[in-house]
Amino acid sequence: MATSRQAAGSRGDGDKYSVLLPTFNERENLPLIVWLLVKFFGESGYDYEIIVIDDGSPDGTLQVAEQLQGIYGEDKILLRPRAKKLGLGTAYIHGIKHATGNYIFIMDADLSHHPKFIPEFIEKQKEGDYDLVSGTRYQGDGGVYGWDLRRKLISRGANFVSQVLLRPGASDLTGSFRLYKRAVLEGLIECCVSKGYVFQMEMIVRARQLHYSIGEVPISFVDRVYGESKLGGNEIVSFLKGLLTLFATT
Amino acid sequence: MTKLLEWVFGVSLLGAAWACVTFDLLRVSIPPAYREVAWPMPLYLLVSFGCYSLATVGYRVATFNDCDDAAKELRGQIIEAKEDLRKKGFKF
Repeated sequence: MATSRQAAGSRGDGDKYSVLLPTFNERENLPLIVWLLVKFFGESGYDYEIIVIDDGSPDGTLQVAEQLQGIYGEDKILLRPRAKKLGLGTAYIHGIKHATGNYIFIMDADLSHHPKFIPEFIEKQKEGDYDLVSGTRYQGDGGVYGWDLRRKLISRGANFVSQVLLRPGASDLTGSFRLYKRAVLEGLIECCVSKGYVFQMEMIVRARQLHYSIGEVPISFVDRVYGESKLGGNEIVSFLKGLLTLFATT
Repeated sequence: MTKLLEWVFGVSLLGAAWACVTFDLLRVSIPPAYREVAWPMPLYLLVSFGCYSLATVGYRVATFNDCDDAAKELRGQIIEAKEDLRKKGFKF
């Protein structure tokens, strides 16, 4: 890699970044996201590890992860599988237990979140010593790919209503590409009970409630290249329920 | 205070002020002209907030960035990744 400024882990500031990748049937995407993570962490020189938390995928995601561990080493790729699908919140708790970094990245493994933004997250975090840095699709150069008008309208509408009701001090509430200080993430997960889209929203709303500082980085969100992305009536109803619950309880 | 309570508090404050003017609850003999202006105020507020919301959401939908370049870049990198991984002995 000609563009490498330094070898991995040699930035010398003692910070280590653990990437939590919860997976379920991501056989196609996992090798690609891991390759990209290794590439961009390698080029930027930050110390890192990737923790794959597979929830018993029937498609053999775990075997793929084992192959990747063989290629990149057991210090870089950690496998922390669980027997069955148990939800996002507990996946993060499970992952953090085994993480050795003092900062934690959470992101989707389906390639909608591009690792090229990771150095920007880290720089942003250092700039203001933020407790958490959230990727945003709604500001600056942020945006989406692969969304039709209906999807955009629902997304913008839901975001507007949430902003009006919750005033969270962050522009992207349901995004799930974020960097946390380890202790902050541990504390937040403890008090978050929601599922699905609402989980990410609850995390950032509770963060504001607990007076954590929040930085934002514009990201491009490329909707699933492999596999189906879902946004049906059920998602919308559960989103509204979650929104109202947060409205009444935070 | 929860967001819900904040809203209830704000709305009751506004409502009380509105009722005071419209029905002259404090008996300070507000001129009828003022009261006539005041009574449809909640409706005006609601309608203008509705218009503001529609305009904001409409504008944001229209200016939502389409990241075509990001998608193109990713497709290129996927091909690159697959070649490189194969070289390293990965079996797809």
